[in-house]
Amino acid sequence: MDINLRHRIRARLLKAAQMVTLFIAMSIICIPGLWVVLNSFRPTVEIMAKPPVWIPNELNLDHYRAMFGGVGQGGVPVLQYFTNSLIISITSTLIAILVGMAGGYAFARYRFKGKGAIFIGLMLTRAVPGVALSLPLFIVMARTGLIDTHIGLIIVYVAMNVPFTIWLIDGFFRQVPRELAEAAEIDGCTRWQAFWKVEFPVARAGVASAGIFAFLTSWNEYALASQLTRSTFSKTMPVGLRDFTSEFTINWGGMCALAVLMIIPALILTFLVQKHLIAGLTFGGVKG
Amino acid sequence: MAQVHLKNVSKSYGALEVVHGINLDIDHNEFVVLVGPSGCGKSTTLRMIAGLESITGGDVLIGENIVNDLPPRDRNISMVFQNYALYPHMTVGENLGFSLKIAGKSQDQIDAAVAEAAAILSLTEYLERKPGALSGGQRQRVAMGRAIVRHPDVFLFDEPLSNLDAKLRAQMRVEIKKLHQKIQTTIVYVTHDQVEAMTLADRIVIMRDGHIEQQGTPLEVFEAPANTFVATFIGSPPMNLLDGIVQQDGTLQLGGGVTLNVPQQYTAKTRPGQKVVLGFRADNLMPCGHSLPMEGESAEIEMTVVLSEPLGTETLLFGALAGQEVQAKMLNPRPVSNGERMMFNLDLTRVHLFDGESQKSLR
Repeated sequence: MDINLRHRIRARLLKAAQMVTLFIAMSIICIPGLWVVLNSFRPTVEIMAKPPVWIPNELNLDHYRAMFGGVGQGGVPVLQYFTNSLIISITSTLIAILVGMAGGYAFARYRFKGKGAIFIGLMLTRAVPGVALSLPLFIVMARTGLIDTHIGLIIVYVAMNVPFTIWLIDGFFRQVPRELAEAAEIDGCTRWQAFWKVEFPVARAGVASAGIFAFLTSWNEYALASQLTRSTFSKTMPVGLRDFTSEFTINWGGMCALAVLMIIPALILTFLVQKHLIAGLTFGGVKG
Repeated sequence: MAQVHLKNVSKSYGALEVVHGINLDIDHNEFVVLVGPSGCGKSTTLRMIAGLESITGGDVLIGENIVNDLPPRDRNISMVFQNYALYPHMTVGENLGFSLKIAGKSQDQIDAAVAEAAAILSLTEYLERKPGALSGGQRQRVAMGRAIVRHPDVFLFDEPLSNLDAKLRAQMRVEIKKLHQKIQTTIVYVTHDQVEAMTLADRIVIMRDGHIEQQGTPLEVFEAPANTFVATFIGSPPMNLLDGIVQQDGTLQLGGGVTLNVPQQYTAKTRPGQKVVLGFRADNLMPCGHSLPMEGESAEIEMTVVLSEPLGTETLLFGALAGQEVQAKMLNPRPVSNGERMMFNLDLTRVHLFDGESQKSLR
């Protein structure tokens, strides 16, 4: 057989294999999500059916209606949970970003004693599983009266996110040439102006990606929130999912409907800053 | 426009002193080039003038004022960086006008100044582009434009051409020279490229290990290097250097049994037994029949050519003399085969003698 033909066939087969692998991988990633969305729109009978029904016979908004309905009709305080989640996630993200920027910039630009040790220490905090901290946190929060408050959860999420935002933002500032700030200083800027007018806009993509990660971590966190919140006034949406479980039954349809509501803001936010996120994650590669 | 004075300026990082109390006076409108190998302290010196590095000792004066502790923004200087340091998120126009915007100038004033700088540097059609969409040479021009819009007292250039390819570098060299003639400002320019130094400078300052080795016009440092370091650093190809000892009979004994007369201009300055270094440029060692007419003292030397580099109008010949490699230049070249033995004329009126111990010129 002609050697060129052989190579061409091989290249096509490889391409086909690649597509099949990709399809399988994407299925594994996407099917649970799609299943959740699907379940939120169909009757419980169909959700519980064995063998599973893949193609729905009937789609309706019953679970959503029930979820927003009153007490006794399967309703949960969705709006209150949503507001709690929003307040806690946005506040903790903003604080984590501010601290992350200050810390990341310091690590990227300045030399100081114990820099390496502090940095490793920060990273090590990420190695501790959050759940392992739940009991000590519970005790501390209980003693300080921060149980079941927004502030308590905000503090926990800031602590969780700061090491990560520092690490990520440090990487981005490292890639901003030092000369940019120097040029700005020579052009008449103070140190502060040089940062805000030149270095920050250049590293904006990195800060945005750190922000997204911090927001999603807070938005989706369940383990600690379930320990530290009690009432409707502080429960976040992931904790709210538990409202659908009772002693003998689990309302899967309602749970899926709430889960869909949880996914939507995260999805919108990710789409909005998608450009920044990708630019941020591949910063070194796209630098002109 | 202003004078710049460095008085006994030094810089240390902890116990490591990188600039050792240098003195330098730069006049109005003078184009001074600091040149030297990597790590010689030239960039640090420039950054101390800019205020980007603090000084450890001495005084930096711009105009009549001591500026030791002033931040860069209060020194009325501008600087062009090696990697251009253009603001990537701003258009060319915004880059050019940034300093004026910070200074609180009105939009009309900024637009006028930007238009003027863009016209000088042929950047008018690129004003709306981002730096990422420009070629290396264009970015370099934007960096210069950003520096000139402010009409600074002093221009600082930190190896501005080293990121460009050879052809563009030659072109930008001419542009910088023209720019200096057009805008008449004091310029301090740092480079490790001696060709840039020779072509641009009114005065060259050669640095090594944080000391100034020599300063003078390009011709002065080329014709009368103060020591062997300057002799080999300035000029291309570098000056040939051969070790020798002055004999009782007034001759100079080089290695490998080669003997020359001590050139007349040095006879009074050498003593028998003194170790010296003989220096001569390739232009002063030419094959017989392929040289310029030599008036005055010269010496005939036989040498085997080990390699030749034809450059078109001339050919560089590499040979071994007194056990060391030397380079000679052949005018009206003919093909030379490796291993060919040829007679060479050494122009003794243009050779240099350096002291063997101190390596300083005996001139």
